[in-house]
Amino acid sequence: MESIKNKVAIVGMGCVKFGENFDKSIDDMLIDAAYEAYADAGIESKDIQAAWFGNLWAGHTGQILATPLKLSYIPVTHTENACATGSEALRGACYAVAAGACDIALAIGVEKLKDTGFMGLPQTRPNATWSYRLSSMTAPAGFALMATRYFAKNNLSLEEGKRLLAKIAVKNHHNGSLSPKAQFQKEITLETAMKAPIVSSPLGLFDCCPVSDGAAAAIVVRADMAKSFRPDPIYIKAMQICQGPREGFMSPAYDYAHVEETRRAGVAAYKEAGIGNPAQEISIAEVHDCFTITELTIMEDLQFSLSGKAPEDIESGRYEIGGALPINTDGGLKCFGHPIGATGLRMMYEVYKQLQGKADKRQIKNPIIGLTHNQGGEPGAAVVSVAIVGNEK
Amino acid sequence: MAGIISFGAHIPIHRLSRSVIGQSWESRGTPGERAVANYDEDSLTMAVAAARNCLKHFAGKKVDALYFATTTAPYLEKQSAALIAAVLALPEETHTLDFGNSLRCGTSAVSAALNAINSGAAETVLVCAADIRAFHPKSSQEMSCGDGAVAFLLGKEDLIAEIEWFDSYTDEVQDVWRIQGEQFNRTAEERFVQDFGYGRVVRNAIGKSLKKRNAAADQFSKVCGNFTDPRSIGKVIGKLGFKPEEQLQGELNQNVGDTGSAMALMNAALALESASAGQRILVAGYGNGCDVFSIKTTDKIANYPFGRKIGDQINQKIMMSSYNKFLIWRGLVDVSLTPRPPLNERQPTPPAQWREVKWELTLSGTKCQECGTIQYPPQRVCMSCKIKDKMDRYCFNRIPAKAVTFSHDYIMETLDSPVTTTVVDFEGGGRMICDMTDRKLDEVVVGMDLEMTFRKLYSVGGINNYWWKCTPVRK
Repeated sequence: MESIKNKVAIVGMGCVKFGENFDKSIDDMLIDAAYEAYADAGIESKDIQAAWFGNLWAGHTGQILATPLKLSYIPVTHTENACATGSEALRGACYAVAAGACDIALAIGVEKLKDTGFMGLPQTRPNATWSYRLSSMTAPAGFALMATRYFAKNNLSLEEGKRLLAKIAVKNHHNGSLSPKAQFQKEITLETAMKAPIVSSPLGLFDCCPVSDGAAAAIVVRADMAKSFRPDPIYIKAMQICQGPREGFMSPAYDYAHVEETRRAGVAAYKEAGIGNPAQEISIAEVHDCFTITELTIMEDLQFSLSGKAPEDIESGRYEIGGALPINTDGGLKCFGHPIGATGLRMMYEVYKQLQGKADKRQIKNPIIGLTHNQGGEPGAAVVSVAIVGNEK
Repeated sequence: MAGIISFGAHIPIHRLSRSVIGQSWESRGTPGERAVANYDEDSLTMAVAAARNCLKHFAGKKVDALYFATTTAPYLEKQSAALIAAVLALPEETHTLDFGNSLRCGTSAVSAALNAINSGAAETVLVCAADIRAFHPKSSQEMSCGDGAVAFLLGKEDLIAEIEWFDSYTDEVQDVWRIQGEQFNRTAEERFVQDFGYGRVVRNAIGKSLKKRNAAADQFSKVCGNFTDPRSIGKVIGKLGFKPEEQLQGELNQNVGDTGSAMALMNAALALESASAGQRILVAGYGNGCDVFSIKTTDKIANYPFGRKIGDQINQKIMMSSYNKFLIWRGLVDVSLTPRPPLNERQPTPPAQWREVKWELTLSGTKCQECGTIQYPPQRVCMSCKIKDKMDRYCFNRIPAKAVTFSHDYIMETLDSPVTTTVVDFEGGGRMICDMTDRKLDEVVVGMDLEMTFRKLYSVGGINNYWWKCTPVRK
């Protein structure tokens, strides 16, 4: 099996300000994200040969993208992979370029969640395997189930567990305060996070990312062409996705204290990228902190921390900007919110800027390899994308 | 002679003190409390609970017919008994019938069952009765009535009690009624109802029946009926030679309330729980006439394996903190709910419901013939060994279970916040994620013992979405 490593490069990216964008339509956000990416890559709309469009709830086909951008009868693939949709759009574009089906492709994701009139995410229609008769659990509840098990497995009291999760929220809010495009740009205290109202026990308000609007885009090209667009392209090292068969919902063997799909996607991506020691070799990671407990378990599932040792590493500051392995330097989902189709590309936007040394106040020292982890579904029934990129070929 | 093989009742765990109702209306509450069906219960689900309790130690017993009696059927057109039979996994040969329209329908279903058994049309009949009474807020009946269900398995062999005789009298009077399209019962003037309604009819019926059967009041250890007010009926039967303070079974009125079509049979069940061999119980079911019958216990009552006793259920309760919650659960006030995704996006469709009747409605999954892995929901391709279409049906609804993990979720729209989302592992294999109902928040812990209960998840688009939830084990 061949690897995608060093066959494709990202030469331009765009990302709108995420948040409650009541003053912007889907079209506005798509145009702003795409044109920022065009300008960054030094190309025009007419240069795009094919597009991958990530979105869940705006409707059908690629027309949602082609219409505002006035794409000229090129192939557009509408992708959906729940909360991992943005990464799936990028993966499709990279595979097409690697296959030689096109040389310049657009990957773009968007979601407009603040027009629904209600809290949270819209329902997905019931289908044969996810029957209307199964549990009506919310997204926070689905992850809260994992928090309770993680605490029990690692002998953390409720107080200790909540304090640990609060530390993650405090870190991400600090990073968000340095991110001009984040929805939340304010620091919070440990006490604020710990005393916040309960959403789904044991998760409180500050353990949950907000629902927001946003869009992000990437221009991907053949790696051998990349330097003709810019001097500092970012090379794709691995592009993996792991779809679980919902086994954790059905099998008592699942401990509910980790996400199997994250473990497996990580292992596959490290193999593809040729990374032997991820805890040492990864310079920066943007991970799917839809809830603080998710970030906590990802640290172990992606082998950044030894099993059961993530609490220690969080306490020691290992994952802060300035730490050995900065995580979610832009504030993550905690501060950007989670416009489903856009999130995976927003993560890559931050990694791309960091690897180019253009992350301003958030800039980490001498990064070489970056990773994005983008998760759809819930513990026990997830789909997880792990992408690895680097600034050297 | 036909009689009783087994019985079981269901009293909803939630109770509302009558003084709390009284305070809400700035009036005096009568003593005691009433049972309140949870928001996810209705007459059908309560009947399922009573039937499962009745059959708890008779799981393999052949059931030829299932009769369901209620004045508050969830569907006006569509049989409830067929759905109950499907949940209980009864075969298609089962004769299912709904009885309704009068509070006498519970005892009338017993009468029909006896006729079927005595005629040889059925060897056994499962009679279920349940009601959630429909009275106006602030009415006296709102306090005096309660919600509950009962089930009796009747037959000819292995009887714990014989039904010695059964008489029925009809009577046309407009004393309590509900017309098509109306939400609440209406009643005639109180004195008229007492004296010329049940007072006249019950006295006449019991008197005539005793005379016809050469029976005397002192032959009965208990008199059981469906009476809202034990004191006034006590006076009625007192005139027939009974000693109401000793013989009238009135405890449920005090602690549960009048459960309508289920009441006479629930009282009889309670009387049976403390009866010894050879005792007689007189049952009177009132409602546009009166059914009168005599139960006589056999030697087998001494070793009868009870399900969850009514006596225990009376004492296992969760007190409701407010009358508002009662109004909300019964849908009597339209409360503001957190704006959440509309339920109609999760509306069950009849084809999808129908596909799941045979397997999943009984809470069945599959067990792989090749590797033995037990899985819920039912699978065609085994999640362990991946073999295709080598599956046996595997029913979870009576299997002990434990909570692996849980979360009290405060943002899901529900009439009993928070939603307690629970991961349930069954003893011997199989996992299900479902809501936990009838729980006190502080009793929910990882590893707690759970059992399964059939509930109404929600109702949308005119379709009730019935399914299973877990609940703490109550002995």
